[in-house]
Amino acid sequence: MQTANLLIVLLILSAVAYYMARGRSVAQAQPLGGIRHLHSLPFFYGMRAAIWCALPSLLLLAAWLLFDEPIISSLLIGGLPENLQPNSAAEHNLLLNSIENIASGALSAETSAPALVAAAESLRDLRSSGTNLVTAAVLSLSVLGMGWGWVKVSPILRARQQVERVFRGILLSCACVAIFTTLGILLSVLFESFRFFQAVPATEFLIGTEWSPQMAIRSDQVGSSGSFGAIPLFVGTLLISFIAMVVAVPVGLMSAIYLAEYASPRLRGIAKPTLEVLAGIPTVVYGFFAALTVAPFIRQTGEGFGLQVSSESALAAGLVMGVMIIPFISSLADDVINAVPQSLRDGSLGLGATRSETIKKVIFPAALPGIVGGVLLAVSRAIGETMIVVMAAGLAAKLTANPLDTVTTVTVQIVTLLVGDQEFDSPKTLAAFALGLMLFVVTLVLNFVALRVVKKYREQYD
Amino acid sequence: MTNLNKSRAEQIQSSLAKRYRAEKRFQMYGYAAIAFGLLCVVILFTDIVSKGYKAFGQTYIQLEVTYDASTLGITDVNDSQQLALADFHGIVKKALKSRFTDVSGRKAKRDLYGLISNGAGYTLRDRLVANPELLNQTETLWLVADDDIDTYYKSIGSDAGAFTGRMSEQRQGWVDQLVESNDVEMRVNRNFFTQGDSREPELAGIRGAAMGSLFTLIITLALSFPIGVAAAVYLEEFAPCNRWTDLIEVNINNLAAVPSIIFGLLGLAIFINFFHVPRSVPVVGGLVLTLMTLPTIIISSRAAIKAVPPSIREAAIGVGASPMQVVLHHVLPLAMPGMLTGAIIGMAQALGETAPLLMIGMVAFIVDVPGGFTDPATVLPVQIFLWADSPERAFVEKTSAAIMVLLAFLILMNTLAVILRKRLERRWL
Repeated sequence: MQTANLLIVLLILSAVAYYMARGRSVAQAQPLGGIRHLHSLPFFYGMRAAIWCALPSLLLLAAWLLFDEPIISSLLIGGLPENLQPNSAAEHNLLLNSIENIASGALSAETSAPALVAAAESLRDLRSSGTNLVTAAVLSLSVLGMGWGWVKVSPILRARQQVERVFRGILLSCACVAIFTTLGILLSVLFESFRFFQAVPATEFLIGTEWSPQMAIRSDQVGSSGSFGAIPLFVGTLLISFIAMVVAVPVGLMSAIYLAEYASPRLRGIAKPTLEVLAGIPTVVYGFFAALTVAPFIRQTGEGFGLQVSSESALAAGLVMGVMIIPFISSLADDVINAVPQSLRDGSLGLGATRSETIKKVIFPAALPGIVGGVLLAVSRAIGETMIVVMAAGLAAKLTANPLDTVTTVTVQIVTLLVGDQEFDSPKTLAAFALGLMLFVVTLVLNFVALRVVKKYREQYD
Repeated sequence: MTNLNKSRAEQIQSSLAKRYRAEKRFQMYGYAAIAFGLLCVVILFTDIVSKGYKAFGQTYIQLEVTYDASTLGITDVNDSQQLALADFHGIVKKALKSRFTDVSGRKAKRDLYGLISNGAGYTLRDRLVANPELLNQTETLWLVADDDIDTYYKSIGSDAGAFTGRMSEQRQGWVDQLVESNDVEMRVNRNFFTQGDSREPELAGIRGAAMGSLFTLIITLALSFPIGVAAAVYLEEFAPCNRWTDLIEVNINNLAAVPSIIFGLLGLAIFINFFHVPRSVPVVGGLVLTLMTLPTIIISSRAAIKAVPPSIREAAIGVGASPMQVVLHHVLPLAMPGMLTGAIIGMAQALGETAPLLMIGMVAFIVDVPGGFTDPATVLPVQIFLWADSPERAFVEKTSAAIMVLLAFLILMNTLAVILRKRLERRWL
């Protein structure tokens, strides 16, 4: 039976289990004098039976869906004659693919090796018998659970506690998705990076100054050994992030100060949501804007001054990224400035300071840790930003600090290395994961420090 | 040292003007910063709209077409196999040749045939299939013009002068002739809303990408909302104060700030390489976006649960409700508006996300409109990315128009969230 149908059947079965167990509990309560003599409400008896009916069989089904392919393919390969046994992982996959194609009729059976045809037939058999087996197991397990739920109903059964324990367990497992996600990220980037560092020494990756990941397929081709020195990428990333910060920090900070300290409620009511529109615009839109409007504009202006400007200048990407980050900084700074106690302001103004002196000498120093935390978060966002740089920054890894030149960034390289066909045993593809690891670690550290700083600062005034 | 001669009051007095000037200047900086931010919003929107609004129109050319059986190479109109092979572009060529009789030479002819889009043949086939009696008849039809003609016609009369691009003078002359005889018309571009992607700008539409986005978002919502709410309920109502809970909280806060492209790497390594989920399908896109939006939804759901006053819980416990009943019957219904708002904002974020989807192969060139969760698909932002990379000039306006559609959806979702918050928000005293 197909999985979707099986799920529907399970749903119906557990509904039946619910009503049967519920009815039995009510019937048992009847001679005692009503349901108040039961330990739990009839609903909980019904739910308990439904859980017994559905949960174990669902777990079994999930396990099967996760592991059916590896089990079947290892059975298949094991059944092949000695001379066809694969030597490497690539060969293994190739073999499985051709068996799969023969089984589905894409490859004609007549032109293929008889052993493979036999394997294709056994694949079809294994698939159908496997599905039948699992369907039978799942259904019998759920019927068993249903019976167990029904049999155990009695006025002293603590059904509510059991149901609530399961409920809490489900909630806990949902909360743990966050941990599994982090774990998944770590495992995936660590595992592939480890394979990358087996091929390319970590020192070359971290301090090398030449990046040209194109690996030739044949070893006698030109440039067959790519070089993986990531310094130009780090410099490019930092250059663009720096430009973005030069735009975003003063503008974001000053607009936050103005909105918090000077603006009339009316201006604040209009300007704040309008600025926040900038935060809601998808990054691909900024990328399009940077590549098709800002970059040509900068190029023309620069040429008007007689400057050599690349059409994919770091300046265009950085400027637009800065605009994107303005609302991020301004809303964080706004929160921090509003958290400074009013008494500090009143004290300073009472001594005769002007408002700008109060802001510069009292409020700003008091809010500084929070602002620093906000800027660090913004830096981590700028480093990890992808679409703007993919569309507006270049691909050439140049080691330069000239904002009018073209640079490339870590995220651009991850995208270029991984879009399209991939070969998971070439350092070229694995390099993307090593870059991803760097990105993850750097942003993680930045976020961790920033959150610590902000939290500490909040405690100061609470 | 001259200051020593003056009294304190005089010193302050003399510095006042300077201090007031500094105050004015500081205010001006703030004003300038806000003005800069607002200006950016205005420039961005005007740039996109001014580039894109023309894409909602499409140039059509009127031609007299003869469904000549011998040119088509068919004998029986009802034979679908013959119709599939029939040379419909041939009768378009013939119609063009009879309209402009003085054209000779291979290159000139090729230029001439290029006036009409390659897609016109399909229009003619559909018409002939619907009306078989048209065979060997002649009728006057409006046909979709090629993208170069479209761009040229749209730019006639603009300030910068007509954009000629790849248009030879001869072609411009033909178009001018057609314009003079009122055989060129601007119509609403239906293809843009009803078709999938195409290499021909005049035939390309966003329907495929929009459906892909819809399927992906359905998966994302169906997974991230229940999981996010459950996690928020656990953390707010049940979690004991221990290391494990701290670990969960730290993880959620960090995941909220992890760059989105990292989620793409996760999707590629875990879902595609390890679990062998097929590439390019809405299911895997939805899974990746679920993990990415979960922190947003958990954080906003926790805020909504926190806003429910403890007195509600105490009253429920007081009349004998169990912990599960307190949550399901009282806390969740009261927190639902806040949670829904958070979910909509999370979905808006997911709708605009591009980078992680590039990693899991949703950048493929897909012509067919996807019909389900396991059909290869692309999504709106990725479509924008693909079109922005295309060399044809006509794709610039298509890209801007697609951006306008995407922004319209985002504005709609955010407005919905704001209205929902205003309508259903309850202030507790």
